[in-house]
Formats: sequence, structure tokens, C-alpha cells
Amino acid sequence: MREAAFRTPEIGDDTAVLRARLHALWETEPGLKGWLGTVDHKQIGIRYIITAFIVLALGGIEALVIRLQLAGPNLHLLTPEQYDQFFSMHGATMIFLYASPILSGFSNYLWPLILGGRDMAFPRLNAFSYWVYLGAAIFLYSGFLTGAGPNDGWFNYVPYAEKDFNPGINEDFYSLGLIFLGISTAVGAANFIVTAFKTRAPGMAINRLPILIWGTLTASVANLVVIPAVSLAFFLLWMDRQFGTDFFQTRGGGQPLLWQHLFWLFGHPWVYAIVLPAMGMVSDGLPVFCRRPLVGYAMVALATVSVMILGFGVWVHHMFATGLPGLSLSFFSGASLIITYPSAVTVFAWIATIWLGKPVMKTAFLFFASMILLFVIGGVSGFMTASVPVDWQLTDTYFVVAHIHYVLIGINVFPVIGATYFWFPKMTGRMMDERLGRWNFWTMFIGLNVAFLPMHLAGLLGMPRRVYTYPAHMGWSALNLIETIGAFIFAVGTLLFFVNVWKSWRSGAPAGDNPWGAPSLEWSTTSPPPPYNFAVIPTVASRHPLWEDQLQEGEARSSLRRGMTLDQGKESLLTSPIDAAPERIVKGPDDTIAPFLLTVAMMVLFYGMLLKTWWVIGAGAILCLTALLLWLWPRRELLERAPDDHPESAHV
Amino acid sequence: MSELLLSEPRDLPVGPIGRSGPGWWGVAMLVTSEAALFGYLLFAYYYTGASALPGWLLEPAPKLFPALPNTILLVASSFVALYGEKGVEKGNRTQALIGIGGAFIMGVIFALVQYYEWSAKTYGIGENSYASLYFITTGLHMAHVGVGLIILAALFFWVLDDFFSPRRRISVSAGILYWHFVDMVWLFVFTTYYITPYLGFAR
Repeated sequence: MREAAFRTPEIGDDTAVLRARLHALWETEPGLKGWLGTVDHKQIGIRYIITAFIVLALGGIEALVIRLQLAGPNLHLLTPEQYDQFFSMHGATMIFLYASPILSGFSNYLWPLILGGRDMAFPRLNAFSYWVYLGAAIFLYSGFLTGAGPNDGWFNYVPYAEKDFNPGINEDFYSLGLIFLGISTAVGAANFIVTAFKTRAPGMAINRLPILIWGTLTASVANLVVIPAVSLAFFLLWMDRQFGTDFFQTRGGGQPLLWQHLFWLFGHPWVYAIVLPAMGMVSDGLPVFCRRPLVGYAMVALATVSVMILGFGVWVHHMFATGLPGLSLSFFSGASLIITYPSAVTVFAWIATIWLGKPVMKTAFLFFASMILLFVIGGVSGFMTASVPVDWQLTDTYFVVAHIHYVLIGINVFPVIGATYFWFPKMTGRMMDERLGRWNFWTMFIGLNVAFLPMHLAGLLGMPRRVYTYPAHMGWSALNLIETIGAFIFAVGTLLFFVNVWKSWRSGAPAGDNPWGAPSLEWSTTSPPPPYNFAVIPTVASRHPLWEDQLQEGEARSSLRRGMTLDQGKESLLTSPIDAAPERIVKGPDDTIAPFLLTVAMMVLFYGMLLKTWWVIGAGAILCLTALLLWLWPRRELLERAPDDHPESAHV
Repeated sequence: MSELLLSEPRDLPVGPIGRSGPGWWGVAMLVTSEAALFGYLLFAYYYTGASALPGWLLEPAPKLFPALPNTILLVASSFVALYGEKGVEKGNRTQALIGIGGAFIMGVIFALVQYYEWSAKTYGIGENSYASLYFITTGLHMAHVGVGLIILAALFFWVLDDFFSPRRRISVSAGILYWHFVDMVWLFVFTTYYITPYLGFAR
């Protein structure tokens, strides 16, 4: 059939006939082929979330082993080398394999639903970013489980990571694994950026975007340009180790500090990339339980963006103790202090939202609201170390360990678990158990504080991080025992969360479309949503499409049950970047195993590089090329090729 | 009274038309990320060079032949590729094949000359950090040239097989955008390694 180049979209009502037709078009094929080939953002999102939670459990078990080793002085549960691998793998797991992918998972699942679209801008790329994430996780863990995990901390400073000091294969696993994982993050970021700018429902102008979109979009822009820094750093390190280059080797005129610059040029924006989307979850979720819109929407959106912009200029505060010139220290110290302003704007907006609202104390609210407190504690300890003299005193002590855990558990794990309670009904059609939820919340909250508040004191008392044990007379023993007890309480809380998810998924109370009475578009479709998300493309008239009648902010009402049907194939709508005016109808790709094949080919390539076996590398490269050609081959059904009977093919 | 706001657009394009479509955005994102990669590579060069001891710069006066003509050749290939893209745009297959094929041949010559330059060096990759930076930066660029050449070759055969029409040709525009990137980024690499020593950097 010849596709017209231009078409006026048909307008229709949301009917059962239309739904049946769309269902047939969008449904993922059952069986293994459909499982490996699906491009449905909801399935991919749930896979991301489940994988990331499994990874969270693995990283948590590593943490518990570390805490047992440190529970008392002079313990020998782990050897020093094993301890190095455990704490390095714990950091790498939580920072790289959990904190960012879990947010990608939620964003993958939620974005098209929140934006009123039918899928991400690049559905196949979406599948690819998940498979590469899984592949990289398997790659890194295959090293750890064979005794070749990273052993130089998650930020992997040279010269200890160089071959002279670290002759095993450990650092090669880590270097290649993170380059591999970086591909997943970068393509995911590209997908989010284009999705945010091009696939919104008509009328969802940029000043109507939910804050979660702002958060993930900002984080994605950062990721797109900073991931290459860390991939490059690890690539250069691998070259140093395997091919005798001198990037970080002083003996060849190299610069060990170059590693720290490249790593933190990436690393600090990354810290914001793994909290801004989570802060977005709070900014969107918290107001629902306060029964009012977020206070200061525009300020919070701008704060999100400005935190990121400032976040590009603070990386040197990780390097205050490396002997840099005073001018440089002052500049980066100033930038690090200033960044508290936009962060404070967001915090006060949340507090004002609770203050002016009528809070409903559901479990999700408890997680969101307590996050504000944890953010302040983690923020203040960060603010303290932004001051150069304080940092010189505290750097590489447990004070910094306490800071990073308040920040990452407080601003990533707590919002994520709150978000699970909040959006679980949408994903599964079932409510999570509130009673178990309260137990879950209080054990986690108490466990977190028992485990990490004393660490500040241990750090002030001079306990250095990364030591595998300590003598009895240092005065750290009682604090460490308390921390270990707290860590186990926290672990019980996390276990209760997993139990709740498991139980509720099987037998939770039915949720209905909008159990919380929430304002955004994802709550206007069924729970769980159909494969095509929306039978008709919604038209958005305000920032809170489902609260228009209560808020009475204007006359116009969003059109949710009547709109473009786009049912002549797997069609969705592209809109303009700022005003979200309709621009183009696009055909979505069908399920395909090309992304999966490409990932397998890349695993062959990376294992080949690890073993420096040239024929495996060659085979992997050829497989990659084949899979890419299969993927990018122009297709008629995607309108990338001339139709069969196009006139030009006759002459010329 | 409230009223329902309903978007009822008139004619909308269906699928990618000409060079506009999501694929073009995708390659633009790829190019942004890759440009950042080269930015960090050059940062590594300037950072290491600025703090290096005298004698670090192994070639205080780099030979501009054949590097400069080779640079001009690569930049020219961008225009030849554009000529090919215009051929697809006009439905002129001969022009399209000449343009894309010509850019491919120019790219191959660039790669061969660059290979000759590497083999003519008196030092290896492990000589010092200057040598490491030089070989890795030009080497990574060469990897991008390789990918660009594969893209040009694929486009050549697709055009030969009449895949595209003036309207449906997003793959051509996206692929050639990548080739433009490969050529542009070389200008930065060339300036850094061949010109800045003459301006006094790290000498």
C-alpha cells in the first residue's frame, strides 16, 4: 500500500472498536521472540526497575558484609584484598548499576504516559539501552564473582589502578565494564532528550511539563555530554595498562591528576543526574498527597536546570586536597557554596506545599516528606565540605561516607521507594499494602539514621574511609557497632519493601485508574495501561489536566476522551519542542531482536578486549556491524524508503 | 462555563520527509556526545601539555605536509557528500552516486595518508604522554572515519539499489550529517596537534 505523504489526522472518540484495533497493532507478540524483541516502553521500564532492584539487593548484601567486617576492631571476616573488592563493588554497584538505571526505569515507564504519547521517540534504542545495561551488569559481576572485581574504590584513582601496582585483571574488568555501561546511559539520555522535546501531547507547552520530566531531561542533557569523559578516562587507563601508553604515568610525562579531572568532570554532574529525576518524583508525587499543586512550579523547574548548570562547575571540590592552586580552590569552593541556593529553593517549595496543603499520610507521602529532611542533612554536610579548610580536615574520612549515603539513600532510594508506592498501582493495577508500608518506612528510616548519623562522628574522630579494620584503642569501636546494627535494621526495612511488592503484585487490592486522585495524564488511562497507552491522543489545556474542575484556573478543559485516533498503523504524534503543536505523524517500529543481537555482539567484543584475543575482537566487531546494518536498514514500513512504484526509479 | 480544548491539526506530514524526522534528531544527539568525547581528548592534551616539562612536545615544528593537504581533502569531501545528498534530493541518481562515492574515495585517501603519517613517526605510542595523546586522538578519529566510510558505502549501495526518493531519504541526510561531523572534528584535532605548537603551546 502506498502511504500518503500528508494526512489530516482523523478525530474520534475513545471507543471499544478503536481500542481493539490499536491493541492488535501495538501488542507485543507472546513467547520468546516477543520477549527478546519487545520495544514497548512499559515492558522495558519494568525490566529496568526489576533489574535495578535486584542490583540494589546485591549491593546491599555487599554492604552488610562490609559492615560485619567493621562491626568491631581487628576482625578478619574478609582479607584486605577481599575488603577492597567488596567496598569497590558496593560503590560501583550502587552508583552505576542501581542509582541511575532505576531512574531510567521509572522514566522509561512513565514518560510516554505522562507526556500523553504512545512510546518513546526511539523505541528500539530504548530496548537497546536496557540490554546493554543488563550486559554491562553481567560483565562487571562476572569479574567480581571470579575474584576480579574492582579493588580501587568506585572512583578508581591512579596510580594504584595502574598495572605496576595492580597487576591482576580486576581493573580491566572495571574499565571495560564501565565503558560498556556508558553506552547504555548515553543512548538512553539521547532518547529522553528527543522524547521530551518531540513527543508531547498537543498543548503540553514547556511550562506545563511535570517536574519529573524537567528532572530527567536535565539529567539526560548532562549525561549526554559527561558520559564521554568517564568512558574516555577508563579507555585511557585500559590503554595505559595494556598497551604501555603514558596518560597517567609520571615516568612518561603523564598526569595522574588528569584521571581525577576526567573522572570528576563526569562524576559531579553525575551526582545530580542520579538525584534530579528523583527530586522530580517528589515534586510531582508530594503535592498529590497534599491535595494541592506544587508551590512555585516555575522556581522549582528553573532551580532544577540551574543546579545542573552550576553542577558542571564544581568538580574540583572532590580534589581540594590534591595541591591545586589557591585561586582554583577558591573558585570551586564558591561555586559549590552557591549551588545550595537553587537546592534550597526546591526544599522550601516542598515545605510550603506541605504547609499549605492538607497532607494525607500514606506510605508514599512518608517517603517523599522524609526525603526533605534527609536532603537537608546530606546537603548541610555537603555544604560544610565545600569549604576548603573543612574539607582538608574531613576528606577521606567517614564524614564523607556519611554525606554520600545521606545524599544517595535520602535523595535517590527514598524517593524511588516512595515512587514505587505511588506508581505501583498504575504499573500493576494493584495497590501496595499500607500497613506493611508503614513498617517498611519506619524500619528504613530508623535504620538509615542509626547506620549513618554516627558515621559523621567517626569521621570527625578521624576514622579514614577504605580501611579494612582498625585497632581497638581508637575510640571508634562503639560507633562502628551501632552503624552495623543500623545497617541491618535498614536491610530489614528493604526486605519488607520487597515482600510488600511481591505480595501486592499477587494479591493487592484493585487500584482503578486514578487511586490517588492525581492530576497528570498517566492517571487518565487504565491501570495497567494498554500497549498503546492512549486510545486517542489527549489535548492538554493546563498543567494539571485531571484537576481542572477542582482548580478552576481557566475556562479551557483538556480533551482526554476525544482526539486524534492515529490508527492506520503503529502511529504516534510528534510535536514542536516549545509549544507542543502537532508537527508530524510517525510510524513506530515493530518488535525486533536487532537491539538484543547488537548487545550480544558487543559482549563478545568486550570479552575479547578483556582477554586481548584478536580473533574474538574481530568476530565481535563483525557481529556488531551486522546487527547495526540489520537495525538501520531503511524500511518501507517506517517510510524510510521510496514506495515501490515511485516515479524516479523508472528513469535516471 | 468550561470548554473542551481539542487539537485538530490540518495536514501533517506522515513519516520522515526530506531531512526532517526523528532520525535526524537521533544523529544530532550522537554527534553532540561524540563532540564532547573529542572535547575531553583535547582537554587532556592541553592539560597535560600545560603542566609538562620542556622536551615533552616531541614535534615542536610538526610537518604540515602531507597533513595540511590531507585536511583540506577531508573537509572537501564534506562538500562532495553534500553534492551527493543534493543528488538524492533532486532525484538525480548519477549525481548522488558521484557525490557519495566521491566522498568515500576521498575518505579512503585521507585514511591512507594518515596511516602513512603514523608509520613515518620516529616514536611509538609509549614514548611519552605526548605520543600517547597523539596516537590515541588521531586513532579515535580514524575509528570515526572508519564508521563514516561504512556509512557512506552502505548509502552508496542503497542509492544504487534505488532505495530513496526525494521525499523519503532520511537515512541519507542522517548518514551524511555524521560524515560532516567526522570532518569538522578533524579540524579541531589538526589545529591542536599541528598548529598550536607554532603558536608556542608547550614549546
